[in-house]
Amino acid sequence: MRFGVVVFPGSNCDHDAWYAVSHNLGHQAEFIWHDSASLGNADAVILPGGFSYGDYLRCGAIAKFSPVMAAIKKFAQDGGLVLGICNGFQILVESGLLPGALLRNRQLRFVCRPVTLRVETAHTPFTSAATKGQLIKVPVAHGEGCYFADQRTLDTLEAEDRVVMRYLDNPNGSLRDIAGICSEGRNVMGMMPHPERASDPLLGSTDGRVVLESMVRSMVTTNA
Amino acid sequence: MSDLAPSELEKVRKILGREPNQTETGIFTVMWSEHCSYKSSRLHLKKLPTRSDRVLVGPGENAGIIDIGQGYAIAFKIESHNHPSFIEPFQGAATGVGGILRDIFTMGARPIAVLDAIRFGPLDDPECGDRNRRILEGVVEGIAHYGNCFGVPTIGGETVFERCYNGNPLVNVFALGVFRHDEIFFGRATGLGNPVIYVGAKTGRDGIHGASMASAEFTEESKQKRPNVQVGDPFMEKLLLEACIEAMHTGAVVGIQDMGAAGLTCSTCEMGSRAETGVEIDLARVPQRESGMTPYEIMLSESQERMLLVAEKGREEEVFAVFRKWGLDAVTIGEVTGDGKLRVKDHGVVVAEIPNRELADEAPLYDRPHGVAPYRPAPMEAPEIPRSRDLNADLLELLASGDLCSKRWIWQQYDQSVRTNTLQGPGGDAAIVRIKETGTSVAMSVDGNGRYCSLSPREGARLLVAECCRNLSAVGALPVAATNNLNFGNPERPEIMAQLVEAIEGIAEACKHFETPITGGNVSLYNETLGEAIWPTPVMGIVGLLKTAPPVTIPFKAEGRAVMLLGGLGTVDAPRFGGTQYAKVVLNKMWGLPPALDMDYEKRVHAAIREIVAQGLAESSHDVGDGGLTVALAESCAEGTGASISLPTELRPEFALFHEGPSRILLSTNTPEAVEKIARDNNIECLRLGVTMKERLQIDHNSETWIDCRVERLREVWENALENLLSPISVG
Repeated sequence: MRFGVVVFPGSNCDHDAWYAVSHNLGHQAEFIWHDSASLGNADAVILPGGFSYGDYLRCGAIAKFSPVMAAIKKFAQDGGLVLGICNGFQILVESGLLPGALLRNRQLRFVCRPVTLRVETAHTPFTSAATKGQLIKVPVAHGEGCYFADQRTLDTLEAEDRVVMRYLDNPNGSLRDIAGICSEGRNVMGMMPHPERASDPLLGSTDGRVVLESMVRSMVTTNA
Repeated sequence: MSDLAPSELEKVRKILGREPNQTETGIFTVMWSEHCSYKSSRLHLKKLPTRSDRVLVGPGENAGIIDIGQGYAIAFKIESHNHPSFIEPFQGAATGVGGILRDIFTMGARPIAVLDAIRFGPLDDPECGDRNRRILEGVVEGIAHYGNCFGVPTIGGETVFERCYNGNPLVNVFALGVFRHDEIFFGRATGLGNPVIYVGAKTGRDGIHGASMASAEFTEESKQKRPNVQVGDPFMEKLLLEACIEAMHTGAVVGIQDMGAAGLTCSTCEMGSRAETGVEIDLARVPQRESGMTPYEIMLSESQERMLLVAEKGREEEVFAVFRKWGLDAVTIGEVTGDGKLRVKDHGVVVAEIPNRELADEAPLYDRPHGVAPYRPAPMEAPEIPRSRDLNADLLELLASGDLCSKRWIWQQYDQSVRTNTLQGPGGDAAIVRIKETGTSVAMSVDGNGRYCSLSPREGARLLVAECCRNLSAVGALPVAATNNLNFGNPERPEIMAQLVEAIEGIAEACKHFETPITGGNVSLYNETLGEAIWPTPVMGIVGLLKTAPPVTIPFKAEGRAVMLLGGLGTVDAPRFGGTQYAKVVLNKMWGLPPALDMDYEKRVHAAIREIVAQGLAESSHDVGDGGLTVALAESCAEGTGASISLPTELRPEFALFHEGPSRILLSTNTPEAVEKIARDNNIECLRLGVTMKERLQIDHNSETWIDCRVERLREVWENALENLLSPISVG
């Protein structure tokens, strides 16, 4: 399995994602520079956290114009797995690969702490190794993580079983406690919490591994 | 405009052999400012120990460097941004973080941890409370803004409130980075004819005279100095970090230095001085953000996120290519020469010509008068200390006080876990990051105590070093090296200068004793507003090493475990109780002297707890510090497990429960005999105080119950106090 980790100017969780995949899970991971028009031979792509292009204008608003995003859209259309974490989620939303928006946290302050998430569906390539209702403890670290969409979009997400994770202790005011959602084709997921920060036994929780392990499992199944 | 003293101007004339022009006068003024030249403190800083087998680079470079084994090293330093943070809290604190991060990566190290020691006036101060709350919120947001975006975890520090910081908050930022020995770079302009390259943000008019502002007292006019505060861009800094490290790896970089205080002036002359070379630059080539800047303004600008590097001649393009990739300016603005002079041209016309060595290293050195007793803000004699009417209420009052309450509201705004190295984040005795490449971890503790130091600068300083080393030992780390930030008032007043000298000597004695040489630091003087000085506030940052493993933390983990006090109950008398949090919070008084310290005994306690932790015998471990034993017990109960304690003491209850005698560590264990043996082997006391239990903290003395409180109540008060203090202006 080969993961591609995209590096935008200002990405700062790129190395963490790379380390979790390569050292904690033992799979291959390579960096993909933002002005690359190709994803190389990546089997799955991670858009990591950080402050791409300084998050000027709006979080993720400039990143969507980078050459690599055109390649990622194509990759997603062809069914490739794309995981956006934190700033990566914001970029996916800005690019239109996922619906809704991520607004400033309700309390108007950056928040970094472990949160408890409930896995709402195991019917995605990102949670297939989990069970529905499973609780996982993963840290959040963001200033703009309040998930927002109109009622109809929220209803659609729920009706189509696309709310992948919810907060038990909502840290940012997200509507309907949404922490992560997937695309209609279920192969693109965005989540605000950081599974890569909960993948090493030394760091207190390995609950985040289930996301990366699900991806590996899905790719094995697809390629088989 | 010249801030040079008449004698200094005379020295300038002698060096140049002529009258300096306006640009040259400006250059001398900033380089010889207190901030850049340490002219009042240098004489005394020489007393500090600076060497050990581990020290690879000591004071004088951008940061000190310590060997951590297996070919790896760490670079670290602490620096203040006090004056800017008062004038403009958000940007002042943000650029404080930016400046220290550049000091670390200019040496080639990747920053992996930041800690902050921040001090404000009381949040409930009747006159200044509103402003103090605003400054705190701004400072915290500034630190969060910069560190979070840059991608370095902010994992510890301290927040303290005293009236003396009402008009002069302190913002001291510690940063630490990691690299291999063969990745170390220095700020040296070597190699005749090598190009001098400017990289990073463009130069604007911001921050001109920041260094000299930081070298003067605050007056009413200081509020007009807002334009002197720089504006930070952490995104630019992140790009600069990546680009600089990548450029260093090309092998084409010869030397590199950040442009911090005194900007282009400081970086050019220091790089030349260290290499004993000259540096010639043309200001017309300097990337500029605004038009019409004079040479004086360009040389003195303190615009942020800029670096100066010297490349190997002929390999410039390799450097340029890296900076192009990261979208940053990189321009050759001059070259290294052989005449030892800083020659500044503007469109080819020489506008300044000064010998580098004299400018950088021959700054005036003052032996300021200090032959008087250090200024004391409090009497020596103890007042009548009333019998407490309710010891439970006293404990709750202490837990709700600004200094002792949980700082969660602050540190939840900091990214503590980015880079996935944080083994122990904020709220522990020491912060710990693992080094992924080596299996070693680095523990860090930052500590100050203006209260102790104002009662006795020498004893207070020694206590600080002891406390930092105790914090490190409590998590199992061996203290190896230190950095210090000396925050004082106006050194031209002998009673303030005496505080500084006594504190430096106290630090020197303790750092020698605990084998933690000082590898660099910062001196911030003139911390005075309208003639009122802050208390003497040296802040220590000490680093320790330990094997990477799950950390031993403060909270009790399980019921039925032995609660033990390593080091014993300690002793105290009325004069030595006057600097405690109990005296401050409950009695609203200060007097006497700080707690007495026996450094030999203290060191044995450190050795014992390290051994206990290393053998895996401690389930929890906590340094007994501010607030004394009872506050330490309450903090150990924070996760829900309480304790039943019995104190075999002759002291009156207020003293026994709340005195702050050093050399004590509280721990819980299920192998008390093994702990006792280690204590005996190290020739220190070790008491079994009681056992952990469900839900309550109870402290008895003979048949009397002194403290009895539900753990949940303790936690609630402790956790919510800061938010309550801030609530008058907090949103939602």
